[in-house]
Amino acid sequence: MPKIIKGTEVVDDAWVIIDKDFEGQLPIGKLLLLPMQYWLDNREKLNLTVAGIWIDSDESVELVGHEANLFPLIAVNFPIFTDGRGFSIARLLRERYEFNGQLRAIGNPIQDQLFYLKRCGFTSFDLKEGTNLEAAISSLDDFDKSYQGAIIPPEPLFILNSLENN
Amino acid sequence: MYLYNEQDQKIIEQRVAQFQNQTDRYLAGELSDDEFLPLRLQNGLYIQRLAPMLRIAVPYGLLNSIQLRKLAHITRLYDKGYCHVTTRQNIQLNWPKLEDVPKILAELAQVEMHAVQTSGNCIRNTTSDQFAGASRDELEDPRPWCEIIRQWSTFHPEFAFLPRKFKIAVSGTDGDRAAIQVHDIGIQIVKNSSNEVGFKIYVGGGLGRTPVIGSIIREFLPQKDLLTYLDAILRVYNRHGNRANKYKARIKILVKAWTPEIFAQEVEDEWDYTKDTPGKLTLTEINRVKGHFTLPPYEILDDKKLDEEIKTQAKKNIAFDKWLKRNVRAHKIDGYSSVTLSLKPTGVAPGDLTDSQLEAIAELADEFSFSEVRATHNQNIVLADVKKSNLYNLWEKAKMSGFATPNINTLTDMICCPGGDFCSLANAKSIPIAESIQRKFEDIDYVHDLGDLSLNISGCMNACGHHHVGNIGILGVDKKGAEFYQIQLGGSSGIDASLAKVLGPSFGESEVPDVIEKILSIYVENRKDDELFIDTYRRIGIDPFKEKVYPENLARKKRGK
Repeated sequence: MPKIIKGTEVVDDAWVIIDKDFEGQLPIGKLLLLPMQYWLDNREKLNLTVAGIWIDSDESVELVGHEANLFPLIAVNFPIFTDGRGFSIARLLRERYEFNGQLRAIGNPIQDQLFYLKRCGFTSFDLKEGTNLEAAISSLDDFDKSYQGAIIPPEPLFILNSLENN
Repeated sequence: MYLYNEQDQKIIEQRVAQFQNQTDRYLAGELSDDEFLPLRLQNGLYIQRLAPMLRIAVPYGLLNSIQLRKLAHITRLYDKGYCHVTTRQNIQLNWPKLEDVPKILAELAQVEMHAVQTSGNCIRNTTSDQFAGASRDELEDPRPWCEIIRQWSTFHPEFAFLPRKFKIAVSGTDGDRAAIQVHDIGIQIVKNSSNEVGFKIYVGGGLGRTPVIGSIIREFLPQKDLLTYLDAILRVYNRHGNRANKYKARIKILVKAWTPEIFAQEVEDEWDYTKDTPGKLTLTEINRVKGHFTLPPYEILDDKKLDEEIKTQAKKNIAFDKWLKRNVRAHKIDGYSSVTLSLKPTGVAPGDLTDSQLEAIAELADEFSFSEVRATHNQNIVLADVKKSNLYNLWEKAKMSGFATPNINTLTDMICCPGGDFCSLANAKSIPIAESIQRKFEDIDYVHDLGDLSLNISGCMNACGHHHVGNIGILGVDKKGAEFYQIQLGGSSGIDASLAKVLGPSFGESEVPDVIEKILSIYVENRKDDELFIDTYRRIGIDPFKEKVYPENLARKKRGK
């Protein structure tokens, strides 16, 4: 079974990513990550209890919007690791659409982005194939403090410092 | 100047450790070239034509004497004993070894310096007015706002992988010495009708292949809203900027495609969601940062008496008089002046500094200017707070170190990129062009008579030498493998910003100084009274210059008619 980083641990992962150009019958008895558009097109026919969705970097997260919490897992694709749109998509899901399920970075994110991914609200990380996941985990905590607020933590450093001083 | 607290220091130290780890993995083959590329760029490390190049961040150009001495040490130990001041007020090393870079960063961290985000597709070093805090025409000191932006932009988790690089500049004056209209975001400190201080926001300016003057998207932004509003701009850009074509990826292309009005509306819509989130600045934080930029302990001095003394000294010494006229500037405090050390003597690559010159600047700063200096985007060094009674003494010492060329804001004070001698992107060399122009115009009286005039040279269309906004711009182009130079006229980076127009077909290297001479002769023939080059150009247009430089074209045209 493929391995991912979830939280701060390396775990087996059972979710199956369905391609955008998928046609025909969905696999049965598996945890499925459906393309966002596939879900939008077929939502009436689907049993949501077994599905998550994945959003590509050029897609509008607004199309899912406040329905995000229908899903236990939403994944955001990084077709190449330098495509930074996924960072904004993640924050929008967490901040604007109040998604509180598992948020996963998929595609080709690399170890050196883990700290930023975590700060933008991702909780699981399907890193580029061949990554030494055990060694990569330490990059989740490359820095102790951050100047600006994001998802973790929501407050910028100057607010956190003022709370501590009071 | 801003001094690090323990948190700031730790963040920079953790960055050094992070980059050490990345370099180790790269050298061990665990990190591919493609993966290491953006990581090293975000630490200022390029691979250049001959060697790596390391760009060290100098936030809004401010340096103290301790940092200058550290830079001297670094250039001596890890490089060939010299460095280069860039048009983003940063410092570049041309010859460091890749494996030494983590060590260099560790040395820099000891003096509160780094190379964070000096390159790559992220928010770059915020630049500002080199006379910030010392200038009479200033509404408010822009440096605290630059520092607030520096902290916000440092390791911003959402905006580390933008479509393209992103540059912000802040100006505190009505005039503009920070070229804010040719930045991705230009911020001008302004007052509204109720006398509150806030910001006018320009967006979508820039040079490069597609030069554009920025558009105003907000006339007045309250102070506390600065960061949430910047977040909104960056989010709109990060999501919608072109990622398919790197030549269409800057924010200016998006703003043009959407129109500034629609772009502004998108930003406002985004900002509606976020303006009252915890990212909103507090008065406590604004005042904390401002507290780092308090006035130095100025003495109370008799301005008139000092002026008389200087006049007497200047009468006795013509060279000193010339230097006063070009390199010394009025200060907001009586009895003080701001002095620009010229890094543009003939025969030295514009903006280059040796290790011993860095140390000499540190000594001048300690002796004459509260131990601080500013690197300028024109590639000079400013001592901002010099007592007038020290000017003569400072001039004599500056002369000894080669800093007293009296050419600030004149023809020979050129902005010039490293060009084909160093840069792998360049089409043509630029440093030898600068030198040949300096040699041609060595008569300082002639240069002074021409008055304020900017001549900017770029070795390729990426425009690091800001040729589009030079009164005279020179662009290196490649013609079937040979180096040629296109001349442009009429650019300006001030508040009256304008882009230069191409004069005509390009010239070979050896022809350039004579062409410049012809252009200057048209100016001198046509100027009225004290009219500056740019004003004469705007009044008479480009045609008289064309006729002088390309008489054969004119003849052909006439025959054609």
